[in-house]
Amino acid sequence: MGKLISGAEIVFKVLEHHNVEHIFGYPGGAVLPIYDELKNHKTIKHILARHEQGAGHAAEGYARSSGKPGVLLVTSGPGATNAVTALTDAYMDSVPLVCISGQVPTHLIGTDAFQECDTTGITRPCTKHNWLVKDVNDLAKVMDLAFEVATTGRPGPVLVDIPKDIQFKKTNFVLKSSNKKKLNGKSKPNGKINSSDLDKVINLMKKSLKPIFYTGGGVINSGPEASKSLRELVSITGFPITSTLQGLGAYPGDDPLFLGMLGMHGTYEANNSMYSCDLMINIGARFDDRITGKVDEFSPKSKKIHVDIDPSSIGKNIKVDLAVISDVGSFLKALNKRIKEKHKDFLNSNKQNISKWWKDIDKWRQKKSLSFKNSKEVIKPQYAVQRLYELSKNKDTFITTEVGQHQMWAAQHYKFNKPNRWMTSGGLGTMGYGLPAAVGVQIAHPDKLVVDIAGEASVLMTMQEMSTAVQYKLPIKIFILNNQYMGMVRQWQELLHEKNYSESYTAALPDFVKLAEAYGCVGIQATKPDELDEKINEMININEPVIFDCRVDPTENCFPMIPSGKPHNQMLLGPEDEKEEVSDEGKTLV
Amino acid sequence: MAKSKSAYSEPGKLGKSEHHIIVVWVDNEAGVLARVVGLFSGRGYNIESLAVAEVDKKKHISRITIVTSGTPSVVEQIKLQLKKLIPVHKVADFKRNDPNILFKELALFKVVSSKKNREKAQKLCKKYNSFILDKSKNSFVIQVTALRREIDKLIETLSPLGLVSTSRTGAVAMTRGSEIFK
Repeated sequence: MGKLISGAEIVFKVLEHHNVEHIFGYPGGAVLPIYDELKNHKTIKHILARHEQGAGHAAEGYARSSGKPGVLLVTSGPGATNAVTALTDAYMDSVPLVCISGQVPTHLIGTDAFQECDTTGITRPCTKHNWLVKDVNDLAKVMDLAFEVATTGRPGPVLVDIPKDIQFKKTNFVLKSSNKKKLNGKSKPNGKINSSDLDKVINLMKKSLKPIFYTGGGVINSGPEASKSLRELVSITGFPITSTLQGLGAYPGDDPLFLGMLGMHGTYEANNSMYSCDLMINIGARFDDRITGKVDEFSPKSKKIHVDIDPSSIGKNIKVDLAVISDVGSFLKALNKRIKEKHKDFLNSNKQNISKWWKDIDKWRQKKSLSFKNSKEVIKPQYAVQRLYELSKNKDTFITTEVGQHQMWAAQHYKFNKPNRWMTSGGLGTMGYGLPAAVGVQIAHPDKLVVDIAGEASVLMTMQEMSTAVQYKLPIKIFILNNQYMGMVRQWQELLHEKNYSESYTAALPDFVKLAEAYGCVGIQATKPDELDEKINEMININEPVIFDCRVDPTENCFPMIPSGKPHNQMLLGPEDEKEEVSDEGKTLV
Repeated sequence: MAKSKSAYSEPGKLGKSEHHIIVVWVDNEAGVLARVVGLFSGRGYNIESLAVAEVDKKKHISRITIVTSGTPSVVEQIKLQLKKLIPVHKVADFKRNDPNILFKELALFKVVSSKKNREKAQKLCKKYNSFILDKSKNSFVIQVTALRREIDKLIETLSPLGLVSTSRTGAVAMTRGSEIFK
């Protein structure tokens, strides 16, 4: 029998066991025993956020940029409810998070005690699994299982709710791997990829005249090796490739075989290729509604292959012809091996097959759908992102974003060459994600350039986290494309609601330069295109947090765009396409 | 075609909705029923009836039987989503009209009426494995086991005969023959 230790210490023992170096959190009454224990565990550094949502997004940024699970520590009641947005965000975008929440002592549960809420009840639909620990003897096992669930299969958030008395109670610390339940077979997709599936895939690839790879966040989640394998697969097949918002960086954004992002604000060539292809190979993407547009007319002529680690992603939105349930990385590796063994000359023998397809694609490319009319007087937001890219591309830059027009412009104009460099809230679309996410990214990568490409409306939602950045000397750059509007809302109102800009203009915006100074960091403002380069360089070279107020054209819209209810081949390319009639039916769907 | 510029697409074509019986074997732990039921309500699936009880005392396994309706793709999603829940061991799915599956619901009826009407009521219940569980001067409580639609029908016919209270379970299901669902 070993020495008896407290529940709070058990928490840290398990964190140490999982090599956790950073936790993001905010103290409160019901987690004080855990905070008290912090001082005894020097390998674990706590990052004090200014709001639990901020702590959650920071943990997400940390997880996405490092591939390790993010750990979040919050108190009961409001601490837990504030974390809900971040948990839901992580759930939608498959980010591994372990959230530890304090709870009122077990004897008070159910009595509407001070700062009590039904945390496991509230977070049940936004976590992969959650636990309320009512016996200190279960704590080690549950904490260990929490990491297992968060990081295996399709990753996601989990929550462990620990009542205060359990944090105090003492027991023997035992952490045996035999303690691990098999998660009822859910942790890993069972079985190897069978070669007949691979041969089916290869057969379809050989027959195809118009193939396309459609890749998503699954490639990133599978680890850097998966991105390598993807690059190899594309190079040994010569097939065009497009990516979802979350998949950016898995394949180099400046490669000629890359068609750019697809979907609602994707490129003309990517969306038309998806519409016209005869073989679609979905690798780690989920046929999200921002991708498919009108489901009934989605890629009508293609055979579809779907590779995903999550069985419930198969057939959820789009029926497919061949499904492979697998980790994307292992699949890609096995497929590459099979092609190289059995079809050595795939690239050359297939070149003829798809040469006409590439000609079609080049025609679509001629449209230059990401082009925009630049100006000498006012900074165009697209131009700002392009300049930021050009001036930071030689560094290993990490980009986070908020949600809205600026997010789409960032996705369109910033070219990513490596996985884990792009952190954005895609599924939930959480305004206020980018700034705290940048905090988390910078914690994981202290020496790298971390830029939050932001909108002024989004960034105000979690602006308080600048204080966190200053406290921990995190030189994050908040690059605000300030158009004084909730730009995407304004764009929809222009297109759908007769330019009735209802509540989408923010009067009384703060002076962001002064705000930066108030937080103890550096503020920079740019208002003219010709000063942009110099000021961006200034921002990059300052080794402190910076808020960059980039004043951009307030009326610029984000194109190209697929108006929903439309298939991929009916895109709006620019302002001249806007004049179509809007039906009443269309208006109700927003 | 209506021109839509909405941020969301219009609903696509819907398949035909069918009744299914979903059987779920779960670890009998706190909150497990809420997880299963919450999955249904959260994703907009339908629950017609629900029956749940522990069936393995040693391993603490409960068996949940859910009658639901949905298009084939919705039913497929229900199964896949259920299988993702950590406490779920396995999920079986039967069509309600599958001849290889036995379904039964149990109902208790309290009938308060004249002797003549009570006799009539008892006769109506007879072919559904009925038992009188309790008797008084002017009432009885009778138990029947039958299919859902048979019980629906019984309720209708018993109403004029003095049916004052009905209690019924959700359907439970089992395969015929020696096979079991693995």
